[in-house]
Amino acid sequence: MAQDASIAGQPTAAEGLDGVVADWSGDKQAFPVPWGKAMMWIFLLSDTFIFTCFLTSYMNVRISTTATWPDPSKVFALDIAGHDIPLLLIAIMTMVLITSSGTMAMAVNYGYRRDRAKTTALMLATAALGASFVSMQAFEWHKLIVHEGVRPWGNPMGAPQFGSAFFMITGFHGLHVSAGVVYLSVVARRVWTGFYDRKGTYETVEVTGLYWHFVDLVWVFIFAFFYLW
Amino acid sequence: MNDVTASETVHEQKAHGSADQGHTEGQQHPISIYLWIWALLFVFSTFSYLVDYFQLHGMLRWSLIILFMLVKAGFIVAIFMHMRWERLALKFAILIPPLALLILIGLMAIEGEHTFITRWAAFVR
Repeated sequence: MAQDASIAGQPTAAEGLDGVVADWSGDKQAFPVPWGKAMMWIFLLSDTFIFTCFLTSYMNVRISTTATWPDPSKVFALDIAGHDIPLLLIAIMTMVLITSSGTMAMAVNYGYRRDRAKTTALMLATAALGASFVSMQAFEWHKLIVHEGVRPWGNPMGAPQFGSAFFMITGFHGLHVSAGVVYLSVVARRVWTGFYDRKGTYETVEVTGLYWHFVDLVWVFIFAFFYLW
Repeated sequence: MNDVTASETVHEQKAHGSADQGHTEGQQHPISIYLWIWALLFVFSTFSYLVDYFQLHGMLRWSLIILFMLVKAGFIVAIFMHMRWERLALKFAILIPPLALLILIGLMAIEGEHTFITRWAAFVR
């Protein structure tokens, strides 16, 4: 890989602010990381703007509505043996996504150690946890649409904006998780077949990990602002 | 308890693995740090869940929710996404632009309050 050789050959001695100046100045590549990683970071930056726009519009409609906002603690309660446990399903989904982030971080580590079996297993575990997250989300949507009568244009519990904000934000996040499951499966297959051994680097696993951790990161914000607020 | 034993076993495996091969490619850190962060994310998620479970209200609720959220987000970005070990130039390029969003959030909050007041004045009064 000619690109990698040129990256490795760059002097990156200066640290701190001097390092920023050194990295940005002169006829050289600014970021001494594989291009796939820099591009994934920039994609995630743009995704940050998209999700923040969604959450900001949700904040805006929630502030501006004169109707009462449905209490998410009650809306998302799960009935277990006659008791309403608030946000139980959401808490489980949060734990599942955090666990998947942990397995992904370890997959990246084993990838760099060229441990194909462990990397593949951990990535498939991550994908499986992601798939179970989406399944629980589908269950939640089903419960809200069929049993609670929530629609994008209204619901029996209060402000009509609740439904549109909920479906938009969790739907877009769920789409990211679903795409991530496909992405993980494809890369896991390539790890297993030795594609990255032939390529000479496992950095793709780390780039995939960046995407997956970002999905977890977005959920942290959705959990705080939509479900707990 | 499980986390500690698990991290120790993985740590041993790591020692063997690096002894055999000695690869120094990319981002390599002890597995134990990931297990620690994983455990901490569990703990802080539980904390924020408990904020709702005990039905805390007002400023206490909001400040706790935001605190736990930022701590979790910081751990994910710094450790899981390896931002802590990246060079400052990349940190700046990725972490500074989102600050512009704070202005958007501030403006939309003001706009939302304004809309609320006009609606309240027009329909509710």
